[in-house]
Amino acid sequence: MKSSERYSAPAIALHWLIAGLIIATFIWGLVVSGMPLSPAKFKYIAWHKWAGISVLALVVVRLLVRVLKRPPELPAHMGPMERLLAHGGHLALYVLMFAVPLTGWLMSSAYGFPVVLFKLVQLPDLVAQDEQLAATLKTVHEALNWIMAACVAGHVLAAVKHHVIDKDGMLFRMSLRQPRQ
Amino acid sequence: MKQLKLLPVALLLAAPLLQAAPLDAGKSQINFTMKQLNVPVTGSFKKFSGNVVLDLKKPEAGKADISIDTASISLPTAEAVGEAKKPDWFNVAKFPAARFVSSSIKSLGGGKLQVAGKLTIKGTSRDVSAPFTAHQEGGLTVVEGVLPVSRLAYKIGEGDWADTGTVADEVQIKFKVAVPAGK
Repeated sequence: MKSSERYSAPAIALHWLIAGLIIATFIWGLVVSGMPLSPAKFKYIAWHKWAGISVLALVVVRLLVRVLKRPPELPAHMGPMERLLAHGGHLALYVLMFAVPLTGWLMSSAYGFPVVLFKLVQLPDLVAQDEQLAATLKTVHEALNWIMAACVAGHVLAAVKHHVIDKDGMLFRMSLRQPRQ
Repeated sequence: MKQLKLLPVALLLAAPLLQAAPLDAGKSQINFTMKQLNVPVTGSFKKFSGNVVLDLKKPEAGKADISIDTASISLPTAEAVGEAKKPDWFNVAKFPAARFVSSSIKSLGGGKLQVAGKLTIKGTSRDVSAPFTAHQEGGLTVVEGVLPVSRLAYKIGEGDWADTGTVADEVQIKFKVAVPAGK
């Protein structure tokens, strides 16, 4: 496999960093939302928000990297439908990587619990305090999370399908270690 | 008959007290801001009442006695309101009212007043003092100021909540008290 068929090193690093953060933040959010109000819950919600805003910031960097260093071409064996599905899936993941943290930030503002990143930087409120709007945004945030979970599952299954069934070495494109020539 | 003759004198003596006016609840506000992991969370008390005597020309003779209905607490979420009423916080069932009674009002000049008094919350009384500003506004005397208090001094947030690493000890109480201006 030629190195030109791999994603750039920054893209690979960001992919795995963001993937880890997204999975952790998703599970963390599920755990925290079921907790009764307690000092621990305040702390855990704060961590969830910090992780989510970190994803948002990292996705901005990742998008810049993608524009500056184009991703490798899709394997030649893929048909038009497959290509459409692949591009659509990636587009959906990018949209969700912005939309999920943004709706979290929005609902924090609407609830009147602003985001103070790492206890240091207070982010501006995106909307005025409004409990009803907050409840709606919470529903949207949760729905988008489940859509994202479905997209991530599809993403993983597709990658594995390429690697195992099509045997096109798909996973090497994003592997942290350069495969042997 | 003797008593009757004394009545005008009694009235005269009572006159300064009669200027005590109930505060205008619609134009007054009692808000507070606390910090949890540096996140400012603002709440308020929706129901309170009291009497205030304040002549801006003679603030030293002023007096304030304000009673706050602790069950009228408002916080960003219904869950937080429910929690705040519990025994660990305001214990509204046992302590339905908080009260501020002034002990001295001193003019600092330029419409500024130093107000001292006793603040009682959850059965605990503490002497407090803070600078306030006062101005006239459409027939009302409006007194505004921020009183920083230690929540733990009043046992607000006991048990797990006493940990100031999560909810900071200092709470800023913001008063805006409007009373009909005398005369």
